[in-house]
Amino acid sequence: MLDVVHQPLLDIRDLTVEFATRRGTVTAVRNIDISANKGETLGIVGESGSGKSVTSFAVMRILDRAGRIAGGSVTFSGIDLRAASDRDMGDMRGREISMIFQNPRAALNPIRKVGYQIEDVLLRHVQAVPANVKEKAIDILKQVRIARPEERYHAYPFELSGGMCQRIVIAIALACRPQLLIADEPTTGLDVTTQKAVMELVVELTHKRGMSTVLITHDLGLAAAYCDRVVVMRKGEVVETAPSDIIFNSPAHAYTRKLMRATPRPGATLRDLLDEERPARKPTSVQADGRPLLKITDLVKEYARQGVTKSMAQLFGRKASAVDEQPFRAVDGISFEIMRGQSVGLVGESGCGKSTTSMMAMRLLDPTSGSIVLDGEDIGAIPARKFAKLPARKRIQMVFQDPTDSLNPRFTAMRAIADPILRLGGISGRDALRARCEELAQLVGLPRHLLDRFPHQLSGGQKARVGIARAIALHPELVILDEPTAALDVSVQAIVLNLLDELKARFGMSYLFVSHDLHVVRLLCDHVIVMKSGRIVEQGSAEQVLEAPQDEYTRELIAAIPHPPV
Amino acid sequence: MTAFDTTVIEAAASPATGLSATLKHARHVVTGNPITGFSFTLFILLLVCALFGPYLVPYDPLATNTVVALKPPSLHHLMGTDQLGRDLLSRVVVATRLDMEVAIFSVALVFVLGGISGIAAGYFGGWTDRLVGRLSDTIMAFPLFVLAMGIVAALGNTVTNIIIATAIINYPLYVRIARAEANVRRNAGFVQAARLSGNGEFRILLMQILPNILPIMMVQMSLTMGYAILNAAGLSFIGLGVRPPTPEWGIMVAEGAAFIVSGEWWIALFPGLALMLAVFCFNMLGDGLRDIVDPQRRT
Repeated sequence: MLDVVHQPLLDIRDLTVEFATRRGTVTAVRNIDISANKGETLGIVGESGSGKSVTSFAVMRILDRAGRIAGGSVTFSGIDLRAASDRDMGDMRGREISMIFQNPRAALNPIRKVGYQIEDVLLRHVQAVPANVKEKAIDILKQVRIARPEERYHAYPFELSGGMCQRIVIAIALACRPQLLIADEPTTGLDVTTQKAVMELVVELTHKRGMSTVLITHDLGLAAAYCDRVVVMRKGEVVETAPSDIIFNSPAHAYTRKLMRATPRPGATLRDLLDEERPARKPTSVQADGRPLLKITDLVKEYARQGVTKSMAQLFGRKASAVDEQPFRAVDGISFEIMRGQSVGLVGESGCGKSTTSMMAMRLLDPTSGSIVLDGEDIGAIPARKFAKLPARKRIQMVFQDPTDSLNPRFTAMRAIADPILRLGGISGRDALRARCEELAQLVGLPRHLLDRFPHQLSGGQKARVGIARAIALHPELVILDEPTAALDVSVQAIVLNLLDELKARFGMSYLFVSHDLHVVRLLCDHVIVMKSGRIVEQGSAEQVLEAPQDEYTRELIAAIPHPPV
Repeated sequence: MTAFDTTVIEAAASPATGLSATLKHARHVVTGNPITGFSFTLFILLLVCALFGPYLVPYDPLATNTVVALKPPSLHHLMGTDQLGRDLLSRVVVATRLDMEVAIFSVALVFVLGGISGIAAGYFGGWTDRLVGRLSDTIMAFPLFVLAMGIVAALGNTVTNIIIATAIINYPLYVRIARAEANVRRNAGFVQAARLSGNGEFRILLMQILPNILPIMMVQMSLTMGYAILNAAGLSFIGLGVRPPTPEWGIMVAEGAAFIVSGEWWIALFPGLALMLAVFCFNMLGDGLRDIVDPQRRT
């Protein structure tokens, strides 16, 4: 019996997972060995396509129809999961092994009260009887630190914030006291402060209940900060397994080193993120020349609150609260300037109004009041619909957050880049257009033969390059970057950030960089503006704001970034 | 800048472009799925009948010959003859053109009217949406076949009016699909990007949104194509469509129906069979067409 004690809780040996596709069989995971001990927090780190999610799906036996476990074994506390019947797996999921998914809103049923959703899992696994199930559900809500659990029991997912929803998902996952929790990117899409709270909760519950947690993430910093041991995966294979402090301080494998280097961290410069073999580029120091390019004064955007809630309240004879009568101010009187050649970072958590601000500056959205002055010309007064055809349109361009969403799926890369040139660029003739597109492709490092591909035939990084090429096609003076790297892997992010910096130096553009990631902002920006609830709480030079923050909120933001053990 | 292009580049060869790629893909779709392959074959057969029917048939479809009236299928008359001694095979084949005409033109008309106004309703919202929405609600308030009867009765029994009536009763379907699809995409990133590129609203509507909802419209078009044929035949069946002696499947079924009791089953059966096959063909065609039009299927 001694053997059983030393056996890891989850033991994956020589696992291979294959998917049948139109082009034949694709091996997503190849001969991997991973084990998680009792009471341990294990991190699985890798970039997209590394097979980390597929591994967790294989453990849970929830691979989709095209996928199958082709070889190896998965043992969970002595039970062979590959051989277990579907019925046994059904009992196992949720009771012995639970999973938290990336998007908490998608994981919850939108039309069922969250309390009921917790009860469902309790009743399914006979952890409660109808008489005491509500009591138990509220108790679990308390454990995941939901304030006022009796009230929140009756809430629908849409009434709760993203962080709150993720707590509910954790509550559901932990309701039956499983021995193993698999968390697949549990904090992607959440704000840093929320991420911190959620991760601390997961780690604390893991310790308190003596269970094991497998954290799947693309963020090496996050894994190193919260996990005991880290497994690094690449292209379906495990490249390195080591305790987290060792992996962060002396990574053994070249790929781990590359990932480490690409992760933005304090003290690193943009160049540091790239491979060491790359030739060093002369440092770019474009001095802002002191002339303001864009001047925003007292900008306000209000939205009326006359939504369903108000009319429903009237319908049921309830009095709408005083707050509901007031228009909602998404942006509440902000002023700032962008100098020529300057990069300004606009930082804040979701809902702080940073995207609304950038959309107004971009003239895609009309402000309620305030002025937007571009180089002496008040462009804020021109309605957004008319602005599209004015010559000033050329001067402000944008790189969008999601490279997939911002490219028309029916247009080739070439057609996407050519669009602004055709409309406003004044280049005519097929050959001239083609030549200009190829020139732009070369500038952003997009291989020429990819120009004829459709977006779905390009990788995330390549799509980002197409988006950047399109934005710089008209030689804009100001480019607004709306989290241009949020959807990218860290190694691709490193390359794209360097590319942006180089393009800026080359063409003397100004950037307004909208982001929630302070580390990334520090790399690219000279000046940082921190926003909260539609107002600017702090602004100043990048060093000043990040090294010596004056405002409490800025300090909180900086503290929430995961700190790996160094 | 060359320092950066050592990134992971998919080693796949550049896919063939333009027409040859489309044809290759079309061949893949048609041969990959037996039902699609079958419906495409049937469609080509229908097209041949519609285009060259009058030159292919053995007899004049209008020539009466009372000597051979009401003869069952034989080697001389493969589908038999009707009460006036006209060759049924010739009439069924020649009728293809008229029925296809009604189907294609009515679907084209409703695609333009319904598709464009639906996209505009979904994209602009507000007054456009309300106007288009109420218009299609009004049409939906009538039993559709009765509405088509009313329109043809009021405007007169011509092929043009049958086409118009068929288009009008299909209008709400197209509006709803186009509206819903356009509405989802009105604030998509690529639409915003198109605004930044200096595209006007109407250009965005036609160049950015329309191509994206084309695949789903294709399925709808092929389904309503079958429905349009049935509708035209139905109108003819009750005497509101084209007039005899013009060969048309609906009238032929109507004429033949009277003879079924007396045992001459072939007069109604063969035009009915042709009708069924045509509708079946168009219903099956939709999925294949969508796969051809959608570049994302072109992996």
